[in-house]
Amino acid sequence: MAKILAVDDSASMRQMLAFTLQHAGHEVREADNGKAALDAAQAGAVDLVISDVNMPVMDGITLVKSLRGLPAFRFTPILLLTTESSPEKKSEGKAAGATGWIVKPFNPDQLLATVQRVLG
Amino acid sequence: MTLDVSQFVGVFLEESFEGLDLMEAGLLQFNEDDPEAVNSIFRAAHSIKGGAGTFGFREVSDFTHGAETLLDQIRQGERPMNREISDTLLCAVDCIRDMLRAASDGGEADTARLLETRAAIENLLGTPPAEAAGQDAVQDAEQAAAACGWRIVFKPHADMMKTGNDPLRLIAELERFGPLSVKTRADALPSLSDMEPEACHLHWEIELQATADEAELRAVFDWVEDECELRLESLGASSDAPLPAPAGGRPDTGGTPAVAARPAESARRNDASSIRVAVEKVDSLVNLVGELVITQSMLNQVGNANGEFDVAQVERLREGLGQLERQTRELQEGVMGIRMLPISFVFSRFPRVVRDMAGALGKSVELRMEGEETELDKGLIEKLADPLTHLVRNAIDHGIESAEQRVAAGKPAAGQISLKAYHQGGNIVVEVADDGAGLNREKLLAKAASQGLPVSDSMPDRDVWALIFAAGFSTAEKVTDISGRGVGMDVVRRNIEAVNGRVEIDSAPGQGTHIILRLPLTLAILDGMSVHVGDQTYILPLTAILESIQPSTEQLGTVGGVGRVVHLRGDYLPLIALHETFGVEPKARRPEDGIVIITAASDGRAALLVDGLGAQHQVVIKSLETNYRKVPGISGATIMGDGKVAMILDVDMLLRLRHMH
Repeated sequence: MAKILAVDDSASMRQMLAFTLQHAGHEVREADNGKAALDAAQAGAVDLVISDVNMPVMDGITLVKSLRGLPAFRFTPILLLTTESSPEKKSEGKAAGATGWIVKPFNPDQLLATVQRVLG
Repeated sequence: MTLDVSQFVGVFLEESFEGLDLMEAGLLQFNEDDPEAVNSIFRAAHSIKGGAGTFGFREVSDFTHGAETLLDQIRQGERPMNREISDTLLCAVDCIRDMLRAASDGGEADTARLLETRAAIENLLGTPPAEAAGQDAVQDAEQAAAACGWRIVFKPHADMMKTGNDPLRLIAELERFGPLSVKTRADALPSLSDMEPEACHLHWEIELQATADEAELRAVFDWVEDECELRLESLGASSDAPLPAPAGGRPDTGGTPAVAARPAESARRNDASSIRVAVEKVDSLVNLVGELVITQSMLNQVGNANGEFDVAQVERLREGLGQLERQTRELQEGVMGIRMLPISFVFSRFPRVVRDMAGALGKSVELRMEGEETELDKGLIEKLADPLTHLVRNAIDHGIESAEQRVAAGKPAAGQISLKAYHQGGNIVVEVADDGAGLNREKLLAKAASQGLPVSDSMPDRDVWALIFAAGFSTAEKVTDISGRGVGMDVVRRNIEAVNGRVEIDSAPGQGTHIILRLPLTLAILDGMSVHVGDQTYILPLTAILESIQPSTEQLGTVGGVGRVVHLRGDYLPLIALHETFGVEPKARRPEDGIVIITAASDGRAALLVDGLGAQHQVVIKSLETNYRKVPGISGATIMGDGKVAMILDVDMLLRLRHMH
């Protein structure tokens, strides 16, 4: 199944993501901020990145921009986890190169449905 | 498939409480010039909101939304921070904490305060306080009636694939709604030499037979709204056969979040407390265990030496045992260290307490804290919070005078409260000092006399000050909202004594009051002395022992023919024969044949009669209550080096038991 990088500064959210995705058979790596995610992304293959927006050290928008700058991540789906369902935040993410978003709060089924949608 | 995420509720609550502490500390020392500080306060609120929704605490997430919006505006520089906002946000922090706590232990949150704070936030935001719930529930009620089929023209911009969106995937997604017929248009395809391989040059015309409504279909293209041209035309009702029903029913497009089931209940199952330990501490333990293994193999070698035991090996054996001893001790310290937390866990609440209280009383108070990094047992930290809070509140309410009084007395207008923590000879000392008016000897004596406490004018200061710890004693002239209900200081003393600690007090008129709490380093290990009664061994806490004597017949007497006393240097101390209390057959029936230990209890000194003294030990405390039941006069049990169980004596209780009989 897919290799997914889950990025969130909140441990509970990370654990919930990892648990749900692993349950669906995916391989999950975790990072607690954008910088750590960037390092992890360069350390091994990633099929999908799911990242929070507001994080210390490096936020999700900067992470998306940085990832899109890497040849290996030009077309990799990147989903942003966001509570801001406001259009500005979404377009900010899109402008940075995010594939789409998952609006918090979400339940495991919604998460998997969205992941399924991206991975096809 | 529904996965149970309630197992993460414990972690969520833990990090939320940490986040709230961080918000509180950040709000208390807010500084406009430090953008990262605002950001971190915002992030904490943001994480709580997101997590709360996901883990099913819908009210928390709704409530936090307002605070988050306020913080976002401040963060963006759209709104300056002021005292009103920070007060409101601090209230919000309390409310959120209250709600989460209620959710985790099944209690009730303070609804009145919630509504009040919510109104205050909405007032600040300038939004009318209405429509709390259900806005997103009935969105599609007014949607137009569904058509029978759709013609969709989907023209991605050339760059669409660069955000990781694959047009074919989107088209495949439409298949969920019903049968599709798709025409690919390559009209815009440039010649091979001009073609950019990473761009999307194609577009599609799709006919979908489905009763889905427009919003549902548009939701599929939600992410690429700005990256494509999208036209949807209704095909109208089909004249011949009825259309096939949409496959799979209504898709879940993630618009309305479902609420996870019964979070409160599951949170309660997760209430086993956990502890966070610095990785270095764990590493050093692993290191020690490694050394221990080496020592073991070294001793093994000595033990397994085939044939006769070489005398030359004795030195190695000694060396090995020496190492073992050192490593065991270090391991013990290391393991105990895991339970140690810096006292800042308790201290951190006081800037807030002082600010709120001083504000409420119209006093100006500065708080100084020292030794916040001093570590002590997690259990002690929890038990220390309430007594310390009470002492600090008392100091502000009764200790610190009003600004006018202070200025008149030649003191700075702002009062000072200092909290200090440090190690001293195997103890933790916590001091609470104020530079207020100090205790009033005459008033205390008069009050004590009026309450029928045994006092005299010649009592030393120290004993007079100690009166404030007597049950039901309060000198406050009027009972304020904050303190002065007379249920304070005695509870403080009892709480501290319950963890084998002691309270001392010193005061100077006009200069302030100084309260010193002495606490053991840990709740798990006790420095004790073993004493023997018959065939039993008991452990007496070292802190309780003053001296031991072999009494002469002249020193022993009775009061009123019943209570036995020991006469010691002019004082008469009650004599408690342990063999009588515990029903053990003693070796020394007469006190003259035994040993009398003079102990310090909170209600004064007492003499314990035992058969003999053993040695000094560090014992590991095992709870009797969890393993058996509470036994009066016994505070716990321990296992001795020879494998026997010894009871740990509770001297205060022994003395009280005697009064009851």
